[in-house]
Amino acid sequence: MLDTLRPDPTFHPSPRLAMEAEPEQLAYTVLLSPDRARPDALAVIDVDPQSATYGTVISQLVMPHTGDEFHHFGWNACSSALSPMSGHAHLQRRYLIIPGIRSSRIYIVDTQPDPRNPILVKTIEPEELMRKTGYSRPHTVHCGPEGIYISTLGGAGADGTQGPPGVFIMDCESFEILGRWEIERGPQKMHYDFWWNLPRDYMVSSEWGLPPQFEHGIVAEDLLANRYGHSVHFWNLRERKHVQTIDLGAHHQMALEVRPAHDPTREYGFLGVVIDTTNLEGSIWTWWRENGSFHIRKTATIPAEPADADQLPALLKGFGAVPPLVSDIDLSLDDRFLYVACWGTGELRQYDVSDPFAPRLTGSVRIGGIARHARHPNGRPYGGGPQMTEISRDGKRVYFTNSLYSSWDAQFYPEGVPGVQLMCHVGANGGIELDPAFYVDFGPDYAAHQVRLQGGDCSTDSFCYPSA
Amino acid sequence: MNSSALWLTVIGLGLYHGVNPAMGWPLAVANGMAARRASAVFATVLPLGGGHFMATAIVLLPFAWLGWYVEWSRAIRIGAGALVLLFGVFKLVKRRHPRLLARIAPTRLAWWSFLMATAHGAGLMLVPFMLGLCTAPEAGAVQAGHAAVMDYLARANLGTALLVAAVHAVATIFAGIGMAWAVYRYLGLRLLRRAWLNLDVPWGISLVLAGAAGMVLGI
Repeated sequence: MLDTLRPDPTFHPSPRLAMEAEPEQLAYTVLLSPDRARPDALAVIDVDPQSATYGTVISQLVMPHTGDEFHHFGWNACSSALSPMSGHAHLQRRYLIIPGIRSSRIYIVDTQPDPRNPILVKTIEPEELMRKTGYSRPHTVHCGPEGIYISTLGGAGADGTQGPPGVFIMDCESFEILGRWEIERGPQKMHYDFWWNLPRDYMVSSEWGLPPQFEHGIVAEDLLANRYGHSVHFWNLRERKHVQTIDLGAHHQMALEVRPAHDPTREYGFLGVVIDTTNLEGSIWTWWRENGSFHIRKTATIPAEPADADQLPALLKGFGAVPPLVSDIDLSLDDRFLYVACWGTGELRQYDVSDPFAPRLTGSVRIGGIARHARHPNGRPYGGGPQMTEISRDGKRVYFTNSLYSSWDAQFYPEGVPGVQLMCHVGANGGIELDPAFYVDFGPDYAAHQVRLQGGDCSTDSFCYPSA
Repeated sequence: MNSSALWLTVIGLGLYHGVNPAMGWPLAVANGMAARRASAVFATVLPLGGGHFMATAIVLLPFAWLGWYVEWSRAIRIGAGALVLLFGVFKLVKRRHPRLLARIAPTRLAWWSFLMATAHGAGLMLVPFMLGLCTAPEAGAVQAGHAAVMDYLARANLGTALLVAAVHAVATIFAGIGMAWAVYRYLGLRLLRRAWLNLDVPWGISLVLAGAAGMVLGI
């Protein structure tokens, strides 16, 4: 079923070849029911400008259960299948692996035979995940050399704190959970994102917080006491061993997205930190490997913006300022532009990171925001701020949604965050602009979290050959 | 089959193994591109070829050693053929990738090549043809229990096995480096997507054919 004669045409040996591939025509976006009244769903959006239904939802796959809270999801196979060492070149990028971060349930959705109408083919119940891995709250999905790798935010027990969270592996053909990935986890006790450099054989992982710190909303006391995650971990990928921890300093709370350079000869990457508790700023960090050991340095900061207390939700009233809350970062396939979503201030920033140690701000759009409530160029309001960001493979379009996490949405945006997906056009030499005609409205009942593009993504595919 | 046809088969299988991406030439391309040096393409082929040689030799040697049990020689040849054939059928029916292979660090190329060739039955495929090249003991010599003759035969057969493995590995290296160099220097990565044909089925069929040939040769 999964065997093909030639590699899937959406698998690319190098980032450059992926950039030259044909543009995306469909986007898949996960929708969640913030009050858990209805089941979460997967929406298919037409993103082909030539199509009569451009910019609209062409179908929705509604799941059979309620309360899953869809968050991050990913493909069963991607360009990493062309790894010269793993010999999995004849898989297909066909299935979407969609975890429910609240229920710990995992759905396997088949995008064939009709990519416009995907179907649910398998459901993995939380008990099975727990029994086979001891983990809960599955989060980030990456296709890798031994199958599908999925990180989790919780360990065992009802509140997910009995044992540390980690990464587990799933077979990419049968979708059986194979077990934990870590053989030696060292001091790692919290989790958020992870990614790797396949030929250089290392993995990088980050930290958000444990389930009691996010499931019922942000815990202000924990934040002010610097109890959220503030370290990055480096791993030997094949030996599955922890090799190094770097603590960013306790006031750098919530080290989230890990974005390595796509070109595997470049041994550096970026990390977004949500908030600095001393001044509310968000920050971008650059990590790199030199002589076998890893280093990290803060390379960009985004200051908080002053605001009147009456514009602020209860949580922020005492501060008189809106923190940018860097919730997502994403790197274009040519490793040139880093996009930074400032969910609090309502800004999407574009940095030129040609010099990864000196990011240069080259573009910005304003939309939503806790105090600003900036409207879309088409005049419509926008709840929340720019959140999960996905760059088209050719780097010319940037899609994003507006919801962070249901209970956090309610704290920072008490007026609600109805699901919306927007798109920016990228100038030839930088600069971004919102497309006034692209405004996908998922209605008041659903929040929108993450976008995947038909044919592959800048935030999932990993490449085994340089672009040279 | 006469011995020159057998040697040609050994070389032909070497070329066949070499062009198969699963035996490692894409690694040579990747290393050359990462180092931006042509010499890195060639440097990769040595561990790959060495691993392939070891994988072949380790399978051929026990069969060569068995070769001097003259009274069983026919049974051994037919049995070896049947084993290869069955392994081919197994590969055709169960087309799963052993995940162990994906756990090897990129720095351990020779080890990777050894395990990859073993998992694919690269050495087994050669067994029927190698047995055809082994010196058949003369019935009289064995009946006389002539120790010196036996010793000579055993050593001659082990020598043949090593020679078969070496000739095969050289042909594999030659084909593999040719593919790697052509992609690295002239054809580019784009070809990798088209050239990486799924050889799982043809490979299984080759094992079946090699096993069948061995059984026919034995009879």
